[in-house]
Amino acid sequence: MHKEYETVIGLEVHVELATKTKIFCACSTAFGSAPNTHTCPVCTGMPGSLPVLNKKVVEYAMAVGVATNCQINQYSKFDRKNYFYPDNPQNYQISQLYLPICHDGGVEIETSAGKKTIGIHEIHMEEDAGKLVHDDWEDVSLVDYNRSGVPLIEIVSEPDMRSADEVIAYLEKLRMIIQYLGASDCKMQEGSMRADVNLSVREKGTSEFGTRTEMKNIGSFKAIAHAIEAETARQIDLIESGEKVVQETRRWNDEQGYSYAMRSKEDAQDYRYFPEPDLVPIVISDEWLQQIKDNQPELRDEKLARYVSEFGLPEYDAQILTSEKKLADIFEATTELCKKPKKVSNWLMGETMRLLKEHEMDAADLKFSPANLAKLIEMAEAGTINGSVAKEVFEHIFAEDADPEKYVEEHGLKSDNDEDALRAAIEQIVKDNPQSVEDYHNGKEKAIGFLVGQTMKATKGKANPGLVNKILKEIL
Amino acid sequence: MSLLSLTAVELGKKIKAHEVTVEEATRAALDAIHEKEGSINSFVTVDEKNALARAKEVQKGIDDGIYTGPLAGVPVAIKDNMCTKGLLTTCSSKILYNFIPTYTAEAVINLEKAGAVIIGKTNMDEFAMGSTTETSAFGATKNPWNTEHVPGGSSGGSCAAVAAEECFYALGSDTGGSIRQPSSFCGVTGIKPTYGTVSRYGLIAYGSSLDQIGPIAKDVTDCATILEAITSYDKKDSTSVEREDTDFTSALVDDVKGMKIGIPRDYLGEGLDPEVKDAVLAAAEKLEEKGAVVEEFDLSLVEYAIPAYYVIAAAEASSNLARFDGVKYGYRTKEYEGLHNMYKKSRSEGFGPEVKRRIMLGSFVLSSGYYDAYYLKALRTKALIKQAFDKAFEKYDVIIGPAAPTTAPKLGESLSDPLKMYLGDVYTVSVNLAGLPGITVPCGMDSKGLPIGLQLIGDCFKEKNIIRAAYSFEQTREYKHSPLAEAQEGGTENA
Amino acid sequence: MANVISDETMEYVGILAKLELSDEEKEAAKKDMESMLDYIDKLNELDTSNVEPMSHVFPVKNVFREDVVENRDGGEDTLFNAPERRDRAFVVPKTVEN
Repeated sequence: MHKEYETVIGLEVHVELATKTKIFCACSTAFGSAPNTHTCPVCTGMPGSLPVLNKKVVEYAMAVGVATNCQINQYSKFDRKNYFYPDNPQNYQISQLYLPICHDGGVEIETSAGKKTIGIHEIHMEEDAGKLVHDDWEDVSLVDYNRSGVPLIEIVSEPDMRSADEVIAYLEKLRMIIQYLGASDCKMQEGSMRADVNLSVREKGTSEFGTRTEMKNIGSFKAIAHAIEAETARQIDLIESGEKVVQETRRWNDEQGYSYAMRSKEDAQDYRYFPEPDLVPIVISDEWLQQIKDNQPELRDEKLARYVSEFGLPEYDAQILTSEKKLADIFEATTELCKKPKKVSNWLMGETMRLLKEHEMDAADLKFSPANLAKLIEMAEAGTINGSVAKEVFEHIFAEDADPEKYVEEHGLKSDNDEDALRAAIEQIVKDNPQSVEDYHNGKEKAIGFLVGQTMKATKGKANPGLVNKILKEIL
Repeated sequence: MSLLSLTAVELGKKIKAHEVTVEEATRAALDAIHEKEGSINSFVTVDEKNALARAKEVQKGIDDGIYTGPLAGVPVAIKDNMCTKGLLTTCSSKILYNFIPTYTAEAVINLEKAGAVIIGKTNMDEFAMGSTTETSAFGATKNPWNTEHVPGGSSGGSCAAVAAEECFYALGSDTGGSIRQPSSFCGVTGIKPTYGTVSRYGLIAYGSSLDQIGPIAKDVTDCATILEAITSYDKKDSTSVEREDTDFTSALVDDVKGMKIGIPRDYLGEGLDPEVKDAVLAAAEKLEEKGAVVEEFDLSLVEYAIPAYYVIAAAEASSNLARFDGVKYGYRTKEYEGLHNMYKKSRSEGFGPEVKRRIMLGSFVLSSGYYDAYYLKALRTKALIKQAFDKAFEKYDVIIGPAAPTTAPKLGESLSDPLKMYLGDVYTVSVNLAGLPGITVPCGMDSKGLPIGLQLIGDCFKEKNIIRAAYSFEQTREYKHSPLAEAQEGGTENA
Repeated sequence: MANVISDETMEYVGILAKLELSDEEKEAAKKDMESMLDYIDKLNELDTSNVEPMSHVFPVKNVFREDVVENRDGGEDTLFNAPERRDRAFVVPKTVEN
């Protein structure tokens, strides 16, 4: 009989913080510049340079710690992690080992298997490495230190997850919390959120952990699910065939669908941590901690509940609107202007989602202003434009944040509210379509739809549909 | 009398009085360097062209009333582990043989603001690791009192340049005695300030928690004046301390009446050369005659300072020197196969034996399984040493003793037995571990004609106490010019 | 107690420190390290069980920068001393195996 196995997973999640400057120098963290533009002696490890800590990094780390129910270490320090690699200009990374800023927290996740708390072992602050670009023709790598020194927090979970579903729910939860805090945009594709997966398997029912492997820097939720599945199978195969799982770091190749060991004689994995002598301890007073707690913005779970109670939105709407902070921000700002929460919700959940999907965009990339959406909603409500025109106009709001009033004016899309002219047109259509009129009188309600359609066609879509309906019914 | 026999402050006064131009002073220093470098090799780089251009610029600044301080126009030599923008900075190592910084160390910037003219960069033990200036990749520096002897180290080039009167003053750095010990060997005065007093920004790190920059000059007045100029609270150095009592020259007072001075018995025991001991005790007597209350006491833990120091310094150095890897600056080996081979060859060819020895030791004591036994143990010992000093300073204003157990050894005598060389640091390293200020002033000569230095140690932030005591002691004797300094006087007259 | 450093340890520390010593250097370094460690073992005479390790001598704390960009394009300065560069990047031997 086959043994039953259980997968045990812990995550190390690296999140790039949304500071303007690097963690230890006044260089910009901006993306997309020429190599080594955002560099100075500090972030390139020049001799004699010294680090000075960015206060905002500490505050973001504290905020994430508070939001994930962590204890905050009110006496915290940096340590040096020593290893040689060209993306690491000092050949040591300034990180935290002995006294990380946060510890012993956790977040609640929900999967089809139910609710569960995933423990957070610690959160520490550290610096990111530079970027290596490999030149296959010349057997060289090119080093760019623009990312070197960009602040990161590393969130280390307890080995509390048992499936890819739980891992993804946990990552989603973290992403949501951190986005809501404004501490990071958490875009996995751009690398501002990255996860290392620590995984072991054991026979179900046993309490001891198996030997774990670590898979580094996996780039998407989908890849994480794949990697977990493949690594679980690999480890079970090893055990079943009487071999041993080796504790090692593996790199996941998502295209090929397998992981391989990153073993090398030159990587001793002995980081020789010691307290960073160039930085002084961080002492967090009760007042400072309270200040961070007081300034904590409304997080997702609270927001979700409020949307239901305050705006009377269905739970489903509230779920979707709060799934991305950007979406929630637009919802609230638009509702504030037009006072029609359900209408706003419909636009965001309907057309906005459709267009995002069509353009393969994230809600975080939304650019339009709430004022324009509010105006559009008001125009549609007032009958200034009809529904199909509104959709057309929205596409332009979505794409280029068009001002709906201007757009409608320029393109002559205003609903035709001249009742006499409309009545004359409808009378003509009724006359031209006796069959439909008869069908209507014989109880075929649908027939009226055809007549409305004909009217819209005749008025080039500008007729106010409400008015058309009203006049038609009068005539018939 | 030669211009170079003046102290920095004396020269500054003459420049201000228009008796000497900055250019004359700079040329005099450059001439002295040309004349003496063959005998002592105290410079790695002499920046003749820029120094002369800068001399003109400073002269104009003085004439226009921009530079008004006591050091305006006075030529200075900088230890080659302080970065100087556009000027070769090597740490006396092959691995930085071609490194031209694009920034200047904060302490040097402070001197520039005071109107200093930098004439060059001085030789040192490679990466400040050594006590003799023999580990330099650019050849040993010789002692101006006797060129068969070492000048001490690691700031041997700076001390020799001052003693040989190739410059008016110099900056050095002190991690375990690297200002105080060579000052003693060369018969000059040098201060290691309280940790955090002078910015370390731009100082190429050896032991980050121990390193401090300080002045080296002919007398206490110069040193206090220079220290006042280079001290600053620097936001670029997180370990920089914001201090208010930095008017060090106000302590240049010839009065030690009632001052309580302790001599650790532990500093006078085994291993101390009798001539050095006699000179130190004679100095203590002089201070007593001037009204100080001098007594011997037990400091304790002295023998533990060296092992603790070498663990901490080597550990920090192994990490600080990891950045020299042939990727971003400095030496890269010519032929290599792959990344790790490039690293290993560049570093093995670029670093000298002493540096490699300390990197190996430092990597070992931090490695898995040894961290607690060595590194943490050393940090705990450091805490105990600090406590011992705290206790001593409850009783004494100043602690005095020798700066080194002997006078300058002969060239080549020390390197053969590293441990013996390390033991020579016995009176200096604990001051760095505890972050204290210390000053060395000349206090006598041995029978071989080599200078003996007196070390005065103060409590944290109490530089003024040691400056006052050292200044008072200095008034009891004449400054002795080294034979190499005298040689120039003769040379000038013959010319 | 005399410390004995094995060849394997020397090899291992060489990997950590990225130093490749010649056989002659290795022997000398081994001896030096052994005698240094014997000397360092003197610290074991001290009872430090109730002593906190002291990394900073002074109670300086909370030294921060504000989050304001002050540095301009530093590329040319950064690359000024590069042993090998291409355009605006440093060149190193390839870091990944094919």
